[in-house]
Amino acid sequence: MSTQPVERLYARHITLHFGGVAALSDVSLNVRQGEILAIIGPNGAGKTSLLNCISGLYRPQSGELVFLKDGRAHNLLQLRPHQIARLGIARAFQNIELFRHMTVLENIMLGRHVHMRGNVLTCGLYWWRQQEEEIRHRRRVEEIIDFLEIENIRHKPVGTLAYGLQKRVELARALALDPEILLLDEPMAGMNVEEKEDMARFILDINQEWDVTVVLIEHDMGVVMDLSDRVVVLDFGRVIAEGRPDEIRHNPLVVQAYLGDEALMEHLA
Amino acid sequence: MSDTLPKLLVANAHRFGDRVALREKEYGIWQTLSWAEYLDRVRAFSLGLLHLGLQPGDKVAIIGDNRPEWVIAELAAQSAGAISMGVYQDAIAAEIQYLVDFSDARFVVAEDQEQVDKLLEVWEQLPKAEYIIYYDPRGMRHYNYPFLLDFQEVEALGRAHHREHPNLFQDNVERTRPDDVAIFSTTSGTTGKPKLAMLTHHNLISMARNLIQVDPLEPDDEYLSFLPLPWIGEQMMSVATALVVGFTVNFPEEPETVRENLREIGPHVMFSPPRIWESLVSEVQVKVEDTTRLKRAVYEWAMNVGYRVADARFAGQEPSPGLRRLYRLADWLIFMPIKDKFGLRRLRRAYTGGAALGPDVFRFFHALGVNLKQIYGQTEISGISVLHRDGDIKFQTVGLPLPGTEVRIAENGEILSRSPAVFVGYYKNPEATAETLVDGWLHSGDAGYFDEDGHLIVIDRAADVMTLADGTKFSPQFIENKLKFSPYIKEAVVFGGGDYPFVTALINIDFANVGTWAERRQIAYTTYTDLAQKADVYELIRAHVERTNSDLPPAARIRRFLLLHKELDADDAELTRTRKVRRRFVAQRYQELVAALYSGAPSVEVETTITYQDGRTATIRTALRIEALEETAEPPALERVG
Repeated sequence: MSTQPVERLYARHITLHFGGVAALSDVSLNVRQGEILAIIGPNGAGKTSLLNCISGLYRPQSGELVFLKDGRAHNLLQLRPHQIARLGIARAFQNIELFRHMTVLENIMLGRHVHMRGNVLTCGLYWWRQQEEEIRHRRRVEEIIDFLEIENIRHKPVGTLAYGLQKRVELARALALDPEILLLDEPMAGMNVEEKEDMARFILDINQEWDVTVVLIEHDMGVVMDLSDRVVVLDFGRVIAEGRPDEIRHNPLVVQAYLGDEALMEHLA
Repeated sequence: MSDTLPKLLVANAHRFGDRVALREKEYGIWQTLSWAEYLDRVRAFSLGLLHLGLQPGDKVAIIGDNRPEWVIAELAAQSAGAISMGVYQDAIAAEIQYLVDFSDARFVVAEDQEQVDKLLEVWEQLPKAEYIIYYDPRGMRHYNYPFLLDFQEVEALGRAHHREHPNLFQDNVERTRPDDVAIFSTTSGTTGKPKLAMLTHHNLISMARNLIQVDPLEPDDEYLSFLPLPWIGEQMMSVATALVVGFTVNFPEEPETVRENLREIGPHVMFSPPRIWESLVSEVQVKVEDTTRLKRAVYEWAMNVGYRVADARFAGQEPSPGLRRLYRLADWLIFMPIKDKFGLRRLRRAYTGGAALGPDVFRFFHALGVNLKQIYGQTEISGISVLHRDGDIKFQTVGLPLPGTEVRIAENGEILSRSPAVFVGYYKNPEATAETLVDGWLHSGDAGYFDEDGHLIVIDRAADVMTLADGTKFSPQFIENKLKFSPYIKEAVVFGGGDYPFVTALINIDFANVGTWAERRQIAYTTYTDLAQKADVYELIRAHVERTNSDLPPAARIRRFLLLHKELDADDAELTRTRKVRRRFVAQRYQELVAALYSGAPSVEVETTITYQDGRTATIRTALRIEALEETAEPPALERVG
């Protein structure tokens, strides 16, 4: 669409092992500004481990992991998860990580926490700048609620919602960080067709309307092929292929990695 | 006196200025638009349309949920001497294509990506349409069509135009005439393609003025606009009456939040078709079934008191002081909380219209203390010609004609009416106009008569009235409404009379309520079809059919019924967009099922094609059980019908 792609994040020769098990070996990839990058691969290929490295939950034993922002290179391996979040990398988890007894609104508001400047004293008094700040954050949260069309469940406790809606709230919480890069771990797992279509539309809208770069792990090949600009394929902790969806579709290595999975083969054929 | 809708808007902007005209909930807050701002936006959009080439007499189609932009677009078109036509927002692409093309609309105002996509799908078959104007830009950043414009862009064009021609808008408004056609209203069309009824400014305004003569409204009143704006009832309230009175029209945040928004606004007046009232009753009934035994007992005691008071008032008597005291207690304990929960507490008047409402629903609301009144009218008479008066409510009637309205019964029993609100004809359909409008009298196609107090009683669509085996005339709608009082029955289509030896019914279960009921009893089910065919569900529905039967004369009792495998749907043309059953279409489509009901077979195989929202189709095949009911020996509780 545009000119030369701008690189936003890159991983070089990442190696992560737990004891004798190598989760990631010599993984390199880059994420470009404004794209939707899908990471696919069979179970246990290391997809979630890779996201965990990016968001700072795991520390790889070796390699480089760099986020480029405002012309500066931030070495993510030296930062803690909350610092990475503040830099603009947000994450929605596969297993919904929300406070079940809090309302949708409260959960999303919590996502704004990294941007809040108040301390015990100013918040306790709730006066002057603190009020302004609260209103500003609440407004942003309402924009997200509007964007994801969850107005009708705004005041409902998350635990009472259907699974598909909880996934949407999880996405909303991640969006509340105002991320530049959004990491989505199987955003559509366990959803029915209609919910998947909704979620796919939201991801596209987030990417296009808000200019958020998306890195996505997904098992549904139909979704991956439709949604992503580029695909990276992992198998046994290694990158075995990388390219546009139509290239991946015909890559013999990928077909081999997925061999035996007929449903998948249909999509790939 | 202002005699067109745009003139009323200008007058209100002068009279009320900064008072709130419209309110819409956005970002969780009720955002207001004053009368002056309302006029300002109408002016901008109207001049924007003119700048794009709108001519007097042109048509502007509008499709979308209830938002301020909807009515702004409507009044903008009318201000320029053009005609607005609303299209139901859930219409599929083919329906939109038909209406936009047939109406010769040059402009289409569409809410969002969803509506724009439908239009783009059929754009090739819309040679006369020139522009699509959307007001929710979300998701359309990469749409590059020269004919696709943003609403705000058009308003900006209009503002620039206004600076160059500062008097143009005012001149245009003054040039509007009461006899100009203001809107095309699509008729619900229980038969065939929808027709476009042409209603003038004078039609709509005289209807509104006659209505408020009976039921005065104040500029401080609140109204929530949540039913489709193409529907004449919503045009009547949100546009005509709102402009005549100057009350505030509120638009809900999303269609899914209507219940909460209703509660937040607490409107003073409501006008809804029967299904809304029916669903409120169902909700109360289901909640009560779920509650503790003590609360249920208190509820039942209170309802008993409420029904006694309501029945006394229906009979024209004042309840005894003792009963009134009990009612006050019941009100405080039960009715107020219920009304508060649903946002009905401030309601001075509530109207139902568009179809018949069952007497049980009527009694229910009056027991609660909600002043629910029947409206009768057609699209062709601007929505209303007959209305209950406060304190003179009989639920089997639709009330007395409005001032300035004559109603009489033709020799064949058809209801005819004549008033300043009667339309000028159907667009491009002189044959239908000639059939409907004879010497100024509007032929309704409904059968009816007047009772001893001058109340009009509507039996049914004249063509639907059935003659039973014993020779009595009977309205299938009456039986259907009795069935639908059950929270577990969503829709029913009753057959009988004529060639049919007895009465039968096709029934749609209410998926949500029956689903909850099944879950409580640990009955596992997968789909609607699966749930509908459970033996336990048949038992449940059978009990409700038997209860209905006990209120009916023997010849009108349902002898066999089956539970349909799918919900009747407007996308399959089984319902109109206002959700009325298209009886003849259903009878034809399910003729094998109806035949099976009369053949004595224990079940029937069915294969049907369903249409999804996006136009794809799928086939389902299943066996439907037919339930037969014994003829009961108990003496019939005779009830006069219609």
